[in-house]
Amino acid sequence: MAKNLTGTLQIVTANRLRDGSVVFLTQTAEWTSDIRRAAVARDGEAATRLLGIGTVAAAESRVVDPYLTAVTGEGDDIMPVSLRERIRAQGLTFAAISADATRYL
Amino acid sequence: MYRYDEYDHAFVAERVAQFRDQVKRRLAGEITEDEFKPLRLQNGLYLQLHAYMLRIAIPYGTLSSKQMRTLAHIARRYDRGYGHFTTRQNLQFNWIKLEDAPDALADLAKAEMHAIQTSGNCIRNTTADHWAGVAIDEIEDPRIWCEIIRQWSTVHPEFSFLPRKFKIAVTGSPNDRAAVRVHDIGLRMLRDENGEPGFEVIVGGGLGRTPMIGKTIRPFLPKQHLLSYLEAILRVYNRYGRRDNIYKARIKILVHEIGAEEMRRQVEEEWEGLRDGALDLPADVVAGIGRHFAPPRYQPQPTIATETERLRFENRDFALWLRSNVVAHRQPGHAIVNLSLKPEGGPPGDASAAQMDAVADLADAYSCGEIRVTHEQNLVLPHVAVADLPAVWRGLTLIGFATPNLGLVSDIIACPGLDYCALANARAIPVAQRISQHFADLARQHDIGELKIKISGCINACGHHHVGHIGILGVDKNGTEFYQITLGGHAGDDVSLGSILGPAVPADQVVEAIDSLVRTYLAVRQDGERFLDTYRRVGNTPFKERLYATA
Repeated sequence: MAKNLTGTLQIVTANRLRDGSVVFLTQTAEWTSDIRRAAVARDGEAATRLLGIGTVAAAESRVVDPYLTAVTGEGDDIMPVSLRERIRAQGLTFAAISADATRYL
Repeated sequence: MYRYDEYDHAFVAERVAQFRDQVKRRLAGEITEDEFKPLRLQNGLYLQLHAYMLRIAIPYGTLSSKQMRTLAHIARRYDRGYGHFTTRQNLQFNWIKLEDAPDALADLAKAEMHAIQTSGNCIRNTTADHWAGVAIDEIEDPRIWCEIIRQWSTVHPEFSFLPRKFKIAVTGSPNDRAAVRVHDIGLRMLRDENGEPGFEVIVGGGLGRTPMIGKTIRPFLPKQHLLSYLEAILRVYNRYGRRDNIYKARIKILVHEIGAEEMRRQVEEEWEGLRDGALDLPADVVAGIGRHFAPPRYQPQPTIATETERLRFENRDFALWLRSNVVAHRQPGHAIVNLSLKPEGGPPGDASAAQMDAVADLADAYSCGEIRVTHEQNLVLPHVAVADLPAVWRGLTLIGFATPNLGLVSDIIACPGLDYCALANARAIPVAQRISQHFADLARQHDIGELKIKISGCINACGHHHVGHIGILGVDKNGTEFYQITLGGHAGDDVSLGSILGPAVPADQVVEAIDSLVRTYLAVRQDGERFLDTYRRVGNTPFKERLYATA
């Protein structure tokens, strides 16, 4: 499944080095697990700049494999274009069994 | 069961310490991801969509109750409380943190387990018949030879950087339950004309993007020559296997390109220089390893297990479970109990920590402390007294592992798919869940009979879709999930690869499509025919006509 389908609006995502969790680059160059706080690039130049910040974070061993991915909307309305990225942002599409469960569902 | 000796303990402990230091240096930024990635992969640690994934080797699918409890502990302490049993008889944890991985591996080492060679271009975990040592048709326990292969192949310096990964499967019975014809090397035990056991050596099978059925390059190899012959095969592959193209790097491509006869010639030539040398193990060494796999001391059993017989007549669910999940054992008065990790609507192969602990308790109480993992993502209690079957069934019912669906339409293999996997194109688990919910009626499942559905979320075929009676392959069409259906695959002795039925169907039509295929089978089957038999008799046409007429 494509990671970065084309689109006008793009964000930078990566996995956090120490725990592998999905993170998004914010306007203040922090990494958040909340996609609604992701900085949205509106054109190619802004996207390149954002990715540059991500690449520096990877070089500093804070995140792994930063890349651009297309989204629609912003803030509360933000939604990745590809299903792969929606699953990364929102988690599994089914309910996983819990540690103490002896039955599924 | 095999127990680590001092060498094994020291080796695994050393590896944990080494990896702990590598992780520390990575977290401190002293080494880059490019430098670190091969190191973590050598220790079974992948980076997937949401987290790191730790793939733990379960050699030839055999686990002790203690090891199962360790897996439960790791699930609770370092993961989200559950694990996923895979088609390679391994266990994957999906939510491991890099900073916790060394501790998890240290805990595993205490239970004589590790994650070494569960990734990378090396010889992976050797798989075996999950009924090894207890099947009535078995010649010899294949795990003795799997263990010998494990010791030979672990950090084998010559074979640590092969052109590509390398998977070996061994069956100790002439009836293949280890899918030996779809592995890089498959070994099938049989007897020569003097009754001596040896191996048929099959090379160049595999699934993935280019599925191939393995070719027999030696119909009979006396077993004492096994390692020297394997070494000869690996040398030929290591020398001539393609390194220029990852998609053409597996041994199956080499065998396909040069032909089985040329492959055989080269292997035999190489073997001439190796045979009768240091790799031909002395009989006492083999016997020593064999003692680890000696049958447990079975307790004498009554000729008739009264309670079991009574319950069989009185309880339909129990009778159904006996029919589909319990298999004859070579020791009189005993049975092989297959646990279904395919509850209605559940993710295939997943088990919670509580379930793992409960299985360990049942194994201690009723199965000499032993558990098996199957390549069909189920578990086995291999040594259950027939008289204990009611108690085991009640225990399994409590934890949801007694669904009487083994080999039936809801006993689905599915890879983790796009919900977890960085390589996937489409989801697999939710598709399996919907199919198993659709066919929830167990009476109907039993009427349909043996039908193996296997689902892969991408062309790499971890869900073995090529050898599913019905295979389902997830594909990405412009960002939307579609599923390509194949029919007629099979992984047994009469192995076959599925053929594509027609255009891929959208995600929301998969269940309907499977239902159509099942209805076609029910309409055209003759007495006693399984789905596969009917398919082999009538071919794609009736299935295709009905499916695409209604679609």
